[in-house]
Amino acid sequence: MAAEKNKQFDPTSVLHEIEEKFEMFQILNEDGKIVNKESDPKLSDEDLTELMERMVYTRILDQRSIALNRQGRLGFYAPTAGQEASQLASHFALEKDDFILPGYRDVPQLIFHGLPLHMAFLWSRGHFLGSEIPEGLNIFPPQIIIGAQYVQAAGVALGFQKRGTKSVVMTYTGDGGTSQGDFYEGLNFAGAFRSPAIFVVQNNQFAISTPREVQTAAKTLAQKGIAAGIPSILVDGMDPLAVYAATKDARERAVNGEGPTLIETMCYRYGPHTMAGDDPTRYRTSDIDNEWEKRDPIVRFRTYLEGKKLWNEEKENEVIERAKQEIKDAIKQADQAPKQKVTDFLKIMYAGDMPYNLQEQFDIYTEKESK
Amino acid sequence: MAQLTMIQAITDAMRTELKNDENVLVFGEDVGKNGGVFRATEGLQKEFGEERVFDTPLAESGIGGLAIGLALTGYRPVMELQFFGFLFEVMDSVSGQAARMSFRSAGKLKAPITIRSPFGGGVATPEMHADSLEGLVAAQPGLKVVIPSTPYDAKGLLISAIKDDNPVIFLEHMKLYRSFRQEVPEEEYTIPLGKADVKREGTDLSIITYGAMVQESLKAAEALEKDGHSVEVVDLRTIQPLDVETIIASVEKTNRAIVVQEAQRQAGIAANVVSEIMERAVLSLEAPVLRVTAPDTIYPFAQGENTWLPKADDIVATAKKVLEF
Repeated sequence: MAAEKNKQFDPTSVLHEIEEKFEMFQILNEDGKIVNKESDPKLSDEDLTELMERMVYTRILDQRSIALNRQGRLGFYAPTAGQEASQLASHFALEKDDFILPGYRDVPQLIFHGLPLHMAFLWSRGHFLGSEIPEGLNIFPPQIIIGAQYVQAAGVALGFQKRGTKSVVMTYTGDGGTSQGDFYEGLNFAGAFRSPAIFVVQNNQFAISTPREVQTAAKTLAQKGIAAGIPSILVDGMDPLAVYAATKDARERAVNGEGPTLIETMCYRYGPHTMAGDDPTRYRTSDIDNEWEKRDPIVRFRTYLEGKKLWNEEKENEVIERAKQEIKDAIKQADQAPKQKVTDFLKIMYAGDMPYNLQEQFDIYTEKESK
Repeated sequence: MAQLTMIQAITDAMRTELKNDENVLVFGEDVGKNGGVFRATEGLQKEFGEERVFDTPLAESGIGGLAIGLALTGYRPVMELQFFGFLFEVMDSVSGQAARMSFRSAGKLKAPITIRSPFGGGVATPEMHADSLEGLVAAQPGLKVVIPSTPYDAKGLLISAIKDDNPVIFLEHMKLYRSFRQEVPEEEYTIPLGKADVKREGTDLSIITYGAMVQESLKAAEALEKDGHSVEVVDLRTIQPLDVETIIASVEKTNRAIVVQEAQRQAGIAANVVSEIMERAVLSLEAPVLRVTAPDTIYPFAQGENTWLPKADDIVATAKKVLEF
C-alpha cells in the first residue's frame, strides 16, 4: 500500500491541511448579527448608512437595467443582484486615487468611483462616449477578455510602486476566470514584484452554465494565491462587513509595501449571466436560488442597521426613489448622445497624427457623412 | 559617429531614450543583469539601475499586461519578447488590448508601448524562433509595425517608436544583428515611422522589400545590373502603415515591380503592397507585380533553411520574369 510506504511524505494530507486553513471569514451572519466582534471594521454610523445606500441603489439599478434592457433601451448588461456586498463593500475600502480594473459585471464599482451613470448606460449600448473616461478618474473600461484585467493590474500596481504613491489597484474576476492563464500570471507577477494589488475573485458559483466545481478540483479559489506565494482569504461575499474588512486589510498591507492579496468572495448572482439570452433555469434549480436568497446581503445588513437605529423603511424608499429618478435622468442624457460616425472612430484610433490609410478613409467618410 | 552593428545601434537607441525620458522602462526575460540573450540591453541595467531596466518572470502574457498597466500609470514601456515566435502567448495583450487602448477609451487612454522582438531565419535557431509573423500584427488596427534593415535605420526608428504615443512592434532580424557595421550618429535622431527608404535608385524595375530581404535584394540588383538592368530597391522600414507615396512614385518611374518578403506566400504583407499598386498605379504597369516569398509550409527544420528561405537568386529569377514579360 502506497500510503503505508510514504508515511513521511503524504501529498494528500498536505493538500487537506492547506484546504482546511481557508475557513470562511464572516462578520455579519444571515440574521444580521455580529458573529466576529474582534474583526468588526467599526465603520462610523455615517459610513454604515452610506454603504447601505449604495447597495440598495445598486439593487434598484440592476432591476431597472434589466427592465431597460428588455425594452431595448440598454444593450449588453450583466446582472449584479446578489453581489452588492462583494462589489460595493470591497470598493468602499478604496480611496479616490486607487485604480480599478473591472470585469464586465463590475459597472457599479465604476459608478461609485465616479463614472457618470449615463456613461455606464452608453457603454452598455455600445457608444464610444461611454468610455471617454473623465480626467483624473482612475478606472479602465469594463474588461471583456476574462483574465486580461489581472495581468494589467499587475502592471498598474508596479507603476504605483515605482511612482511611490500610496495607492493600490483593485481588479475583479469571477470563479470561471480563475481558470485562465492570465489570472495566474497576474497574481504571480504582482507577487514577484511585491506590488500593491488587490485581486478579487467573485465566486458567484456559476460561469454562465458551468458550476464552479467544473473549473477546478481545488476546494477553494482563495487557495490559488498559494501558487503565487501571496496572502489569500476566503470571505463571505454576502456579508458587507467581512468584504469591507478583508479589502481594507489588503489595502493597508499593499500600501505598506507588503504586496498583493487575493480575496475570494463567496456570493451569488440571482439573475442570468447576461441579458443576451442566457436562461439560468437550464442549469440552476429554484432550491439553490432560495438558499442563496436567505443569505441576501441587503437583508442582513438592513436587519443589522435597523438594530442600530440607522435604517428604516422611509430611508430605504428615499434611496429607491432617488435611484429611479437618477436612472431616468441618465437614460435621457444617454439618449441625447450624438449618433456615432465612422469619422469619430477614425479620430480615436491613434494618439497623434492619423496614419495615411486612416487619413484617406477619413476624407472618404467625411464626404459620405456630409451628404 | 561610430561604426556600429545593428544590435549596438539598438542598444544605443534604448540608452539614448532611457537618458532622455525618465518614464522609459526596459523589461523582459533576461534583459537586466544578463543584458539580453543577444546583448541588446547590455550594460543598461548597470547604467540606469534595476528600477528602469529589469527582468520579469517567464510569461509573455504577463509581460504584455505589465506594459499596459505601466502605461496606465504614465510610463513608456519598452518590453522585449525574447523571440517573436512566442507572440502567440501574448497576442491578447498586443492585439486585444494595447492596440485598442486609445479607441476603447475614446482617446482618453494611450499605450505608448514599444514591443521589441527578434525574428528571422538563416541562423539555424530551434523551432518557433525565426518565424516571420509580422503579417499577423500588421493586420491589427491600432498597431504600427517597424522592421529595420540597417544599423542607422534601427536607431532612428527605435527612438521614434519609443517616442510614439501608440503601440509599436519593432522587429529585429537576427541575421542582421551583427552581419555588418555602419556609421551611426552618437546623438539622438529620429526617422519618421511610416516612411520607406530608397536604398538603391534605378529605372527599370522596383524591388519593394523589408528586413533581411533588403540585403538580398541589393545583391540581386547588383547581379541584374551586370545584365544591363537598372533596379530600384525600396526598403519599406515600416510595414504598417505602408509608405504608399514612395512605393507608387517608384512604380510610376520604373513601370515594373516585384515584392520580396521572407515570410510564406500566404503570410507577410506582400499581398497588401501588390493591392496598393494595383489600385493606384495599374496604368503605369507594363507587367504584373510578382512576389518572392517562402513556400506555404511551417517554418523549416534548421537544416532545411538554406533551401527554403528566399534569396538573391530567387529575386533575380522573378525580376527577370517581370523584366521579360
